[in-house]
Amino acid sequence: MTVQIHDGTRWRTVCDLTDLQPGRGVAVLLPDTGQVALFRGRAGELYAVDNLDPFSGAPVLARGLLGSRGDRPTLISPMYKQVYDLTDGRCLDEDTAPDGTPAVLRRWPVRAVAGEAAA
Amino acid sequence: MTTDHRSTRDPGAVRDLVLVGHGMVGQRFLEAWTEQPAARGWRVTVLAEEPRPAYDRVHLSSLFGGSTAEELALCPGGFLTEHGIDLRLADPAAAIDRSARLVRTASGTEVRYDVLVLATGSVPFVPPVPGTDAPGCHVYRTIEDADAIRAAAASARTGVVVGGGLLGLEAAGALRAGGLDTHVVEFAPRLMAVQVDDGGGTALRRRIEELGVTVHTGVGANGVLTGPDGGVRGLALSDGRELPAELVVFSAGVRARDQLARDCGLPVGPRGGVVVDAHCRTEDPAILAVGECAQAVDGRVYGLVAPGYQMAETAARTVAGLVGSSSARVGSEGAGSEGAGPDASGPAGEGFTGADTSTKLKLLGVDVASFGDPHGTADGALDVLYSDSRSGVYRKLVIGTDGALLGGVLVGDTEGYDTLRPLAVGGRPLTVAPEQLVLPAGFSSAGPVALPDDSVLCSCHNVTQGAVRAAVRDQGCDSVAAVRKCTRAGTGCGSCLKRLGTVVGEELEVAGGSAFKGLCEHFAHTRAELYEIARVTGVTSFTELRDRHGSGDGCEICKPTVASILASLGNGHILDGEQGALQDSNDHFLANLQRNGSYSVVPRVPGGEITPEGLIAIGEIARDHGLYTKITGGQRIDMFGATVDQLPAIWSRLVDAGFESGHAYGKALRTVKSCVGETWCRYGVQDSTALAIELELRYRGLRSPHKLKAAVSGCARECAEAQSKDFGIIATSAGWNLYVGGNGGMTPRHADLLVADVDRETLIRTIDRYLMFYIRTADRLERTSVWLERLEGGLDHLRAVVIDDSLGIAAELDELMNRHIGAYQDEWAATLADPERLRRFASFVNAPGTPDPAVTFVPERGQIRPARPGETGHTLNAPVLVAGARPEVLTP
Repeated sequence: MTVQIHDGTRWRTVCDLTDLQPGRGVAVLLPDTGQVALFRGRAGELYAVDNLDPFSGAPVLARGLLGSRGDRPTLISPMYKQVYDLTDGRCLDEDTAPDGTPAVLRRWPVRAVAGEAAA
Repeated sequence: MTTDHRSTRDPGAVRDLVLVGHGMVGQRFLEAWTEQPAARGWRVTVLAEEPRPAYDRVHLSSLFGGSTAEELALCPGGFLTEHGIDLRLADPAAAIDRSARLVRTASGTEVRYDVLVLATGSVPFVPPVPGTDAPGCHVYRTIEDADAIRAAAASARTGVVVGGGLLGLEAAGALRAGGLDTHVVEFAPRLMAVQVDDGGGTALRRRIEELGVTVHTGVGANGVLTGPDGGVRGLALSDGRELPAELVVFSAGVRARDQLARDCGLPVGPRGGVVVDAHCRTEDPAILAVGECAQAVDGRVYGLVAPGYQMAETAARTVAGLVGSSSARVGSEGAGSEGAGPDASGPAGEGFTGADTSTKLKLLGVDVASFGDPHGTADGALDVLYSDSRSGVYRKLVIGTDGALLGGVLVGDTEGYDTLRPLAVGGRPLTVAPEQLVLPAGFSSAGPVALPDDSVLCSCHNVTQGAVRAAVRDQGCDSVAAVRKCTRAGTGCGSCLKRLGTVVGEELEVAGGSAFKGLCEHFAHTRAELYEIARVTGVTSFTELRDRHGSGDGCEICKPTVASILASLGNGHILDGEQGALQDSNDHFLANLQRNGSYSVVPRVPGGEITPEGLIAIGEIARDHGLYTKITGGQRIDMFGATVDQLPAIWSRLVDAGFESGHAYGKALRTVKSCVGETWCRYGVQDSTALAIELELRYRGLRSPHKLKAAVSGCARECAEAQSKDFGIIATSAGWNLYVGGNGGMTPRHADLLVADVDRETLIRTIDRYLMFYIRTADRLERTSVWLERLEGGLDHLRAVVIDDSLGIAAELDELMNRHIGAYQDEWAATLADPERLRRFASFVNAPGTPDPAVTFVPERGQIRPARPGETGHTLNAPVLVAGARPEVLTP
């Protein structure tokens, strides 16, 4: 199975499903559009959100832990530990980033399709 | 004109409920209504003006941060169908015929009602000045408004927001997010005049201006200036100035939308709003009103969503309760307005008599809170305040003559709000001196303030502290999870979970004598309990532990805690298998994450002793990879600026040069610092360096509840500062003195002398047991200093356990330490030897080897440092020649 992310224009193959460890993430570099943090939940579900951490400005979210809060699957920033709801990208701890913008991660469409990723 | 007649099999049983307006409060009404058993047998029709179902207006500004309109939707997919609700979008109610009980919509349709609920909300207030209809003028209330502002912002450079209240600052945040040069014009002398006082307004203004928003207070808008094309070119101010701008947003308050009620003769308040009683009924018993379009029984029109929700719930109970108890009341001819009502509590139980308008929010990134009576309007009210212009913190408490807390304003630091608000709202006397409470976090030495049981603990579901206590006491709930299920507390936003844990713990302690100290929402066990479970049962994975003793998918608290426990018990390499998915930020890459996403690398330098060859090797590796170097406080060398893909290459050379992991990234033994001791020092009485090296090599890699620091001093002059360490040794002429539980850093603690004048063998055995006893019984992230303070029986008990074996566990502790020492391997050498472990060290899964273009550096003092926002830096993909990288340049 290969994993594809829709970059706004088309589906891009980014890695093989086996490259993803359940409960962890990897960073993906999309030409022109920037960095995406790609995760595989413990049950196999895929999530893709911005890799840029709104609170530190550093491209680190792919290195965060996955978890849950109540019924919501969450991502925890490795930098200052803000928790995000992976289903809508919203930060559950703070509404606003330090620069005044809403603390919401862009979510990217992601899917696993049959086939092998090109080497 | 069409009339909406619906055929029913039993006209006597099926009745019509019509809701006018599908905003946040309208949707809440529908949810509350459909939960009522009485809702069966009613048909519900919703007449909505907007082209989309209800959405989260409060988070409108998130549309400027990448959220979509769909993400703001509040009405779940199948909700309307499931409950048979007929939602008619973009066809607002135009008139009400009370005698015929008909609503006529804008399209001419007529809808019959038995009960009508008005939830028409409010409209933005636009000051009556010239030019406000010019292209470029906007209001800020709907998704369409936000879309229009975003579209206009794309071609504008400067935007002005008229109104410096809560909504105005939200709108200013939206314009800033759109990259506009932003001005705020406020008629009052300060920002957020309703919520904060002058001091708070000043602090807020300073913080907001630091973010690049220009604030003009004490001036109004005289008119919108238009250019030759008719579009906005600026705003004329009441002080004669003109602000050039291409975009003007009016966000100067709202007005209740009560025209429908006015037109059909229902009474409205002096400042607008349909007059309702405590049960949200208007003068016409068949018509109710909720939210911003209603004037509540206390004479106020509430513009916040929380009171609106309360009114929606009240109205749903009113309709259901009246129907249930006496179907003749609501919706029947001849029933007059309720007046005082037949019973004090009203037919639907608790009514809506007013709401607490305390607020805590983050505006443009600045924390602001206001609660109770923030302006001190009561007779004899006194202020206690703290203000620090440097940090932009302003905190004021209003105290009554009897010492009760009446209200307060917090700007820049809202710590304590959750405790102070219920105290102020309840008019409770303070148990702590107010000057302690007004100090910002970290300065106050006050203990926790006791909250009354009627204070609301979970505001999402309106659960009081008393209800939580009752769930434990009377309903048999024995964990946070059980209480959450039973009361719904903590199942909304989750912000009250910490306090929920405390209250449940207190109550369990009262009930059964055992304190609840559950780790997090996923484990009701303490770290020490989980350690014992893992040690005794031999559980080796998070999943297994979670399945047997916890719930959910874990979090930033339990995952690293379990990872640490498994590592303490020796479960192989920390990056292998499922353990790899548990490691926290630093352990994940066996390096220390720095602020720009790069990492630092610290090889172990036992006892701080290093050969010239070692120094040269570190120097060469740092130079070749362009890293910044600094001597640490633990007598070693830290190399900064590595990206994840560089780490294996750096470590490969370090390992070749004879270095191993220094575990600077782990909650583990860091360094054993030392002085040179008797070998060189003319005062030294023992070889402190040799002992420090021996201890560091003995305990290296030992994972523990928190980091461990140690030191050995060669004489009583204490140059290694051993008494500020988790364990510290001071040489005496007769042997060694062992000190434990010391700490430097934020909360210094002088270590306690555990044993004196012991030989090397006794010393090491005592440290072994002390460390293993600590690892076994401490809480997560609890340093030895705090653990020792908390340990029942204190130092004497510790001495009894590790020297006299009072618990009979000494052999176990010895065995665990021996196992650790026997199983030790250098994590980095082991990582380099295994391609599977190395896989994660790629910046990008789809572009391995590509350095992260977002991690950049600039030169400073002959080395690199992270580029700041706005600076153009370079990446470290190849050795970079930093200006002045050669030592001679460092000499002025």
